[in-house]
Amino acid sequence: MAEANQTLVNQHEAKNAKSQSLHPLVELTLTRMREFLREKEAVFWVFVFPVLMTFALGIAFRNTAPDKTPVAIEADSKASETANLLSRSPDIMATVLSPEQAAQALRSGKVAIVVKPINDAYEYHFDPTRPESRTARLLVDDVLQRGKGRSDVAKVGDETITEPGARYVDFLVPGLIGMNLMGSGLWGLGFTVVIARSRKILKRFAATPMRRSHYLLSFMLSRLVFLVLEVAAVLIFATLAFGFTVRGSWLSVALITGLGGFTFSGIGLLVAARPTTIEGVSGLMNFIMLPMWLLSGTFFSSARFPQVLQPFIQALPLTALNNILRALMNEGASLSSNWIPIAILLAWCVVSFVIALKIFKWQ
Amino acid sequence: MNQRVALRCAGLVKRFADVTAVNGLDLEVFVGECFGLLGPNGAGKTTTVEILEGLTPSDEGTVELLGQHWNSGNDQALRERIGVQLQETQLAEKVTVVETLRLFRSFYKRGHDVDEVIHIVALEEKRNGRVGKLSGGQKQRLAVACALVSDPELLFLDEPTTGLDPQARLSLWDIVEKFRASGGTILLTTHYMEEATRLCDRVAIMDHGKMIALGTPAELIDSLGADQIIEFSVTKPLDDDPLMQLPAVNHLHKRGEVYALTVAEIGVALPSLLAEIKRQQSELVTLTTHQATLEDVFVSLTGRMLRDG
Repeated sequence: MAEANQTLVNQHEAKNAKSQSLHPLVELTLTRMREFLREKEAVFWVFVFPVLMTFALGIAFRNTAPDKTPVAIEADSKASETANLLSRSPDIMATVLSPEQAAQALRSGKVAIVVKPINDAYEYHFDPTRPESRTARLLVDDVLQRGKGRSDVAKVGDETITEPGARYVDFLVPGLIGMNLMGSGLWGLGFTVVIARSRKILKRFAATPMRRSHYLLSFMLSRLVFLVLEVAAVLIFATLAFGFTVRGSWLSVALITGLGGFTFSGIGLLVAARPTTIEGVSGLMNFIMLPMWLLSGTFFSSARFPQVLQPFIQALPLTALNNILRALMNEGASLSSNWIPIAILLAWCVVSFVIALKIFKWQ
Repeated sequence: MNQRVALRCAGLVKRFADVTAVNGLDLEVFVGECFGLLGPNGAGKTTTVEILEGLTPSDEGTVELLGQHWNSGNDQALRERIGVQLQETQLAEKVTVVETLRLFRSFYKRGHDVDEVIHIVALEEKRNGRVGKLSGGQKQRLAVACALVSDPELLFLDEPTTGLDPQARLSLWDIVEKFRASGGTILLTTHYMEEATRLCDRVAIMDHGKMIALGTPAELIDSLGADQIIEFSVTKPLDDDPLMQLPAVNHLHKRGEVYALTVAEIGVALPSLLAEIKRQQSELVTLTTHQATLEDVFVSLTGRMLRDG
């Protein structure tokens, strides 16, 4: 009997140990992480999607030997002679087409240029706003002139280089990491907070002695854990699949991704400070993220936008983050040489946190 | 009898853009009692409770809770001592019952063991089940468990059984009664008169932000001066005055086609009512009688039904 009682007590104690609460900050952070990890879609968008994106874009823009420049020759008595001349260049793939077909091929981008032989002269049809057409014109002209007997005056030799760090995928990976940090920071915080507010969970927490700073800090901590994982997922994949290398120090990369993660968490908190509905916060979030997706140089350099827009573009937090990440990863630059974008990022981080905490509503 | 006061508010006023939700409310809740705020939807019950819980600031009036006031620098300490269940809280669905309670437990310095609370609200079988998979009654029991986890002195329950089926309601009443029996103080709002009658030591009936009656359920029903209600409808409308003159009739109330007579002695009132209907050359269509309830108190005070809102 006494023994049986003892067993009961032991069982009871074992149960107690399991149901013991930890520090509120730990419990809140664990709840955050559980909620996230049990949401399959969120896991997909944060971890799987960026890897798929790296893979797809890395494949699409992989560096193989440059493709031959497609050229159309309008059918004419001189067409075959022209085709002969052009076939001397290994970089040109010429086809003879009827004038209508040639014009159609040019319009649809199947050929970069159309060559129209007129007696012993040539006429080039091309669109000067297309970079590959301008290149094609130079190439075709060079081949035709030489074929017709022009001789080169200076001797030149080509020395070509292709090294990791200069490929599109090398440009892309830091940008994708930046974009991912923005997305997960904004959605991860903004959405979760507004859902908690709309379900009156925030109000319920406000009715407990919970420290409000613990609630907000728990988001930072869980973000930090996931940030390490999501950055690592892209980096490891890019390294294995495309031979991507980080040239700068890992410590700097870690510091900057951390800063980036916190900055976008701060912006996410700011976005989520007031809205009470998912629709409200979604609109606000798209309004903030869309310009940065387009302008901040994730997929192509933001330097391509007009000069007047540059001060605005450079002041965006994602532009700053992308620029620093590229400098660190691709060029092996130091943190100190990137103090301007770092200062921009820090400013966004501090300002958005301060405002968010000021205007944050618990109900 | 000099009872200790757990909660007191005086002259409470809360205005929103175009309505005055609470309009000069005075309340006193004694230690160890279950006090009910009964009233239709929109009577100002939830606003009142949220002011008392320190979640909504009032425009006028004072609140004293366990001898303390909100916003006097010790809100955290006060929150340690109260348990709150809000009407519309939907707890996170992806976490389990025990995880939810562990989280709430972690906010308090002292309180029940988590499994103890799970036992109190009889959710042992759902201990490791996700909140999203719980039934309405189970969710509500979990919400009450979150309020009980700190072993509070004062428990606020805002419409704890609204939308629950009778079985789930009974099991929630059980929990409330046990808490009350262990010496806890409860302030609960409801628009179910059975709930107020069954659970509450005293009831305040609220309408349009004001208290219109206060007392034990028995006192309130007695105040009708009647123990039976006769409800009937007839083929041809009756004159009111002769009905009021009938013996043992205290009150007449008409709602659409239905007449409701509050009577002291049904044995006396009923035969004379039938005679009067005949005299006025009308005929009975329906007739029912029932024991007077808090609902009838509300009807006699406001002319409306509780559930009409």
